[in-house]
Amino acid sequence: MNRVGLGIKVGFYIVLSIGAITMIIPFLWMVFTSIKQPHEVFSATGAIKFLPEHFFWRDTVINGEKIRAWWGNYPDAWREINFFRLYLSSIFVAVVGTFGQVLTSSMAAYAFARLSFPGRDKLFFGYLATMMIPSSVTMIPVFVIMKHLGWINTYQALIIPGLFSAYGTFMLRQFFMGLPVELEDAAKIDGSGYIGIWSGIILPLAKPALATLTTFTFMGFWGSYMWPLVVTVTEAPRTLPIGLRYFVGQHATNYTQLMAASVIALIPVLLLFVFNQRYFVEGIKLQGLKG
Amino acid sequence: MRRLSYKTKEALAAYAFLAPNFLGFLAFTSIPVVVSFVMAFTHWNIFKQPFWVGLENFKNLLWFHREGGRLVPNDPFFWQYVYNTVYLMAGIPIGMAGSLIVALMMNQRMRGIVVFRTIYFLPTVCSGVALLILWKYLYNSDIGLINKTIRLVGAFIFAKKPVAIGATVFAALIFGVVVIGLIAALLAFLQWLSEKIRFTWPEGLFRALMFASGACIFILIGIYGRAFYNALSMFFAEPPDWLGTVQWAKPSLILMSLWGGLGGYNMILYLAALQGVPSSYYEAAEIDGAGPWQKFWAVTWPMISPTTFFILVMSIIGGFQGGFMIANVMTGGGPAGSTTTIEYYLYQTAFEKFNMGYACSIAWFLFAVILVITLLTWKLGGKVVTYE
Repeated sequence: MNRVGLGIKVGFYIVLSIGAITMIIPFLWMVFTSIKQPHEVFSATGAIKFLPEHFFWRDTVINGEKIRAWWGNYPDAWREINFFRLYLSSIFVAVVGTFGQVLTSSMAAYAFARLSFPGRDKLFFGYLATMMIPSSVTMIPVFVIMKHLGWINTYQALIIPGLFSAYGTFMLRQFFMGLPVELEDAAKIDGSGYIGIWSGIILPLAKPALATLTTFTFMGFWGSYMWPLVVTVTEAPRTLPIGLRYFVGQHATNYTQLMAASVIALIPVLLLFVFNQRYFVEGIKLQGLKG
Repeated sequence: MRRLSYKTKEALAAYAFLAPNFLGFLAFTSIPVVVSFVMAFTHWNIFKQPFWVGLENFKNLLWFHREGGRLVPNDPFFWQYVYNTVYLMAGIPIGMAGSLIVALMMNQRMRGIVVFRTIYFLPTVCSGVALLILWKYLYNSDIGLINKTIRLVGAFIFAKKPVAIGATVFAALIFGVVVIGLIAALLAFLQWLSEKIRFTWPEGLFRALMFASGACIFILIGIYGRAFYNALSMFFAEPPDWLGTVQWAKPSLILMSLWGGLGGYNMILYLAALQGVPSSYYEAAEIDGAGPWQKFWAVTWPMISPTTFFILVMSIIGGFQGGFMIANVMTGGGPAGSTTTIEYYLYQTAFEKFNMGYACSIAWFLFAVILVITLLTWKLGGKVVTYE
C-alpha cells in the first residue's frame, strides 16, 4: 500500500482531518471551559458558547460588575483540594515507580535475553503464563499483605507492588534479543563485566524500547486509580486521580475549576508523550508477536 | 579458592540480574495467586478470622436454585453484570476496523503524518480519571456539549413547523441512503464470500434483493414518514440523558470507548504490522495486475492477520477486566446496575462489603474465562491466522 494517487491522498487528508477534529474537540472544550466563568457553563438553552466570553489577564470591572480573570480558575482549583500535595504525591509515585520498574525489568530482561543459566526457559515461561492472570486475582491478597505490613496509606503501598512487571520484562527481552551480538563480544574482549555490558551497550541500544516502556509505565502509574483507591484512606499519600474524584464529590457543580484541575492533571503525561512519541512505532515493532 | 568456571560465573550473574524482579514477582504475583485461590474457598469478612466453606462461594456465584418451578440464579446480580460486561465489548470489532483503516491511511508517505499520529494517540495518552470526568460533562443532559449540539442541529433542521411534506421526504432520503448503504455493504460482503467459497449466485437475485429492500424502506418511510419525522424532531428537541437512562447508558459508554480506541495502541500495533510487510510482495502483486482491493485482501490482510488476532484476543481479555474506573467515576454502576461490570462488582464485594472470600471467587471466575478464551484462540487461531 505504498503508492497511491494524489486524489486518494487528498481524500485521506480529509478523512484523517475529520477524525483529528473529533479527537481534539473534547480537549478544546475542556480547556475552554477551564477558562470560563461559571455562568457561561450553565446556560442549558441557547447557542453553544465554545469560546469563553472574556480573555482578560486581570480582573476587570464592566458595568460596575467585577469580572474574574480567566486564569482565576487555575489558582482556585489549585487551592481548593490541596492540589499541590496531590500533585507532588502523584509525581513522586509515578517517577519512582517508573524508574524502579524499568530498572528491574531491564535487568531481568538482560538475563533472559543474553545470559544462559539453568532453568531459564522454564522461568521465562512462568513469567509469560502469569501475564494471563487478571490483576484482580492478586489485588485482594496484596491488599491483605499491605494491611499486615502496616503499609495501608503509605507511599510504599502505592509504589512497591508496581515495581515488578512480567510485561515489561517480556517486552524488553523481545527487544534485547534483536540487538546485534558483535558489540557485546567486542566489549567482552575489552574486559567489560556483565554490568558494564548491560549499562554500557544494551541499554543505550535499546533506547526506543526503554522510551516506550517508560512512557507506558509512567502513564500507568499516573492514571492508576483502583489500587490507590484501595490502599489509601486519608488525603496524605493520595494521588491526583483520587483527588479529582474527590473534587467531583465535594463540588459537583464547579465545572470550571474541575476542568482547570483536569488540564493540570494531563500535562505531565502529555509532555512525556510528546518527547517520546517518535520511538513508539519502532519500540513496538521490534517487540514482535512471535517469540 | 578455585576460580569459578565461565559458565558458573555467567549463571551467577544472571541470577543476580534476575533477583530483584524475581523476588518482587514472587511476593506480589506468584504467592498472592496461591493465597487468592485458597481464599476463594473461605468465608472471610476482613475483620474476623476466615473459615473454610469449600465450594459454597462458587455455588452462590454460579449456581441456580428452583423458585416456584423456575430456575433462578443464586446471585442474579452477577449474571446481569456478566451480561453488561459482554455487552460493553460490542465496540471492539468496530474499533478494530476503525483503527485498521486509520493505520492504513497513516501508513502512506504523507506530509504532516506525525501530527496526525500524535493527535490520534492523544485520547490514549490522556486516558484516566480526568478524561472520564470530561466525558461525564460532555454527556451531561443539560449543559453537555453533545446535547447542546443536538439541540442546535435540531433547531436548524426542524425550525419550520408544522410538518412539511418536504421535510418528510428529506428525512426519508437521509434514512434511505443510510439503509441502502448498509444493504449495499452487506451485498458486497456476500459477493466476496461467494467468491471465497467459489459459489456463484444468480446475479439477478442480487439486484432483485437490493431493489426490493430499497423499495420496502421507501414505502415504509412514506407510510410512517410523519411519525418518523416527529420522533426525530422530538429527539433533537429533547435529547436523552445519556448516562442517566438504562437504554442509553451502555451505548454511550461504547461510543466513548470508540472515540478513544480508534487511534490508540491498536492503531500503533497495526501501523507497526503494516510497516513490516515487505514492499516486494506489493510489487509482485502489481505485476500480476492486482488492484488496490485485491492487494489488500491478497497481501496486506493475511500479512497482518497475526496482529488482528492478537488485538482481538487482548481486547476481549481487557474487556472482561474493564469498567471499574468508568463505573466508579461516571455512573456509579447505574442506572439500575446497567453499567456495573464484573470488575466493579468485585471491587464492591471486596472493598465495600469486605466479603473477601466471595470477591476472590469472582476473581477466579474472571481468570477461568480468560484462560478459556486464551486456550481456545490459541487452538483456533493457528488455523485461521497466517504466519509468514
